[in-house]
Amino acid sequence: MSIEVRNLNFSYGYRQVLHDISFTANSGEFLSILGPNGVGKSTLFRCVLGLLSGYTGTVSVDGTDVRSFSVREMAKHIAYIPQSSHPIFNYSVSDIVLMGRTSGLSTFRSPKKQDVEICQWAMEKVGISHLALRCFHRLSGGEQQLVLIARALVQKAPVLMLDEPTANLDFGNQLRVLEQARSLAREGYTVIQTTHHPEQSYLFSDRILTIQDGRVLKEGTPEEVLTEETIRALYGVEVEVVSLYHDKARICIPAHITA
Amino acid sequence: MNNIEKKHRRTLWVMAAGLMICILASFTLGRYPVSIGELLGVLGAKLGLPVSSFWSASVETAVWNIRLPRVLLSVLVGACLASAGAAYQGVFQNPMASPDILGASAGAGFGAALAILLGASSVGITVGAFAASLATVALVFTVSRHARGDRVLGLVLAGIMVSSLFQSGTSFLKLVADPNNQLPQITYWLMGSLSGAKWGDILFVLPAMLFGLIPLLLLRWQLNVITMGDDEARAMGVNAPRIRFGIVVCSTLVTASAVSVSGMIGWVGLVIPHMMRRLVGSDYRFLMPASMLGGSLFLLVVDNVSRNVTTAGIPIGILTAFIGAPFFLWLIMGKVDHYEH
Repeated sequence: MSIEVRNLNFSYGYRQVLHDISFTANSGEFLSILGPNGVGKSTLFRCVLGLLSGYTGTVSVDGTDVRSFSVREMAKHIAYIPQSSHPIFNYSVSDIVLMGRTSGLSTFRSPKKQDVEICQWAMEKVGISHLALRCFHRLSGGEQQLVLIARALVQKAPVLMLDEPTANLDFGNQLRVLEQARSLAREGYTVIQTTHHPEQSYLFSDRILTIQDGRVLKEGTPEEVLTEETIRALYGVEVEVVSLYHDKARICIPAHITA
Repeated sequence: MNNIEKKHRRTLWVMAAGLMICILASFTLGRYPVSIGELLGVLGAKLGLPVSSFWSASVETAVWNIRLPRVLLSVLVGACLASAGAAYQGVFQNPMASPDILGASAGAGFGAALAILLGASSVGITVGAFAASLATVALVFTVSRHARGDRVLGLVLAGIMVSSLFQSGTSFLKLVADPNNQLPQITYWLMGSLSGAKWGDILFVLPAMLFGLIPLLLLRWQLNVITMGDDEARAMGVNAPRIRFGIVVCSTLVTASAVSVSGMIGWVGLVIPHMMRRLVGSDYRFLMPASMLGGSLFLLVVDNVSRNVTTAGIPIGILTAFIGAPFFLWLIMGKVDHYEH
């Protein structure tokens, strides 16, 4: 299952935010979208998810334009994992995960036993079964993120979109969530994340898309993208990119330290 | 199904049984004594069972024409107000929302006052209040369509403004009303009361109530998803604005029906859903039926107090405020999480 974005343009009023964005993410691939604040990453995400509709160009899943999908069909193809979720009321973890089954239910129905079983499978998969009856509010940021991933998995959508999944997490949880995302990609999901961490994108993702001023700056394998030139063009900072462990990892060191 | 869900389900059954007992007890309570035997006899005979009459005609009148409509109305109005409150709290993601948030009560009050001023009959007042209530919420919707920015916030703000406008209208009607008989009638209506419940009123509002209550019950899972916010709901396959509209229409329908027969009975729609959250949690699969049962139970008990304990028959709206406000304070002060593990 692949997701393809072709010539996507989007404007808020007269201000054009996205210019002619094109990229493809295939099944089994973990794609990171990098870019500084305010260049349109979130807008791009919202267009792809169908939360914004006034764009030109196409977003298609396996060749089908998502505009032809109903809200329910859309949810069966693309699942969204927000940066964080703040339910106003006090739901248990299993309630939250169960909500992911809604796209498979008709409007007037509540989830059935088989839906609960799918949720148990997903919670086990991401390792949160022991949290099932806990209150979502009381979990740590990392645990909440895993709950949201489990909720997306029970949607049974082949494409998973994570919006800055590591933004609010401590270092250990960042790694745990990224490991999880990568292993889901290995299983055949198409995984797309937005992120502010070039080094982590290098470590975990298969391809990197960089966006500057609403345009695609560079797209390619982590080795092609994570270079001094790209970081400079992307963030406007001078860094030295150091390769470690036979180029399995790359770190960006600010130039004033290496000078 | 896990143990917590089993426990919640059991709670619902216990509440339903409690409501049945309370309904039966309500018939026997009152200035005119009726025994359980007589009660069952009258009800059986009315339902067409072959029961030979062993009761007096006045018992039959007390049971069938006075107490039954009143008990039925308490049960229905309680269920309507509490479920509408629970629904509004969910769709507006606002725990402080109550059934009158979109002006249904203010509109009903104005409609009733106008009908009284024009010398309408009891059913005429009910019809007037119902029509004005729906018209007010429709006006709120129209106004909010032109509001810029957040649609939901626009709706709530429009509700507050239009409510205030109609309350001023009601004040004006009170000013011009005949102070000897119309003004007291308007004032009494606005206080909220179930006394004088008639079959005519019930038959008028019952279809509208059922038309609202049944979808509210059926949409309770969607309501859960909507509380997560429109974007997340959409990503999970729920068209939140559309479902919200449906739920608001149903809630308005039940609120308008309830208010038009009972007047302003405050606090039920705010307090009962919160009380039920403490009992069965926030999951609307349990919260919605629990609110309906809890609202019925609460209003029935309070109405029994109103007509038996206080000889003057204090309007139930005053009693619910006396009980509701301190109870709500207690609820927010003793805040304990339901899922504390």
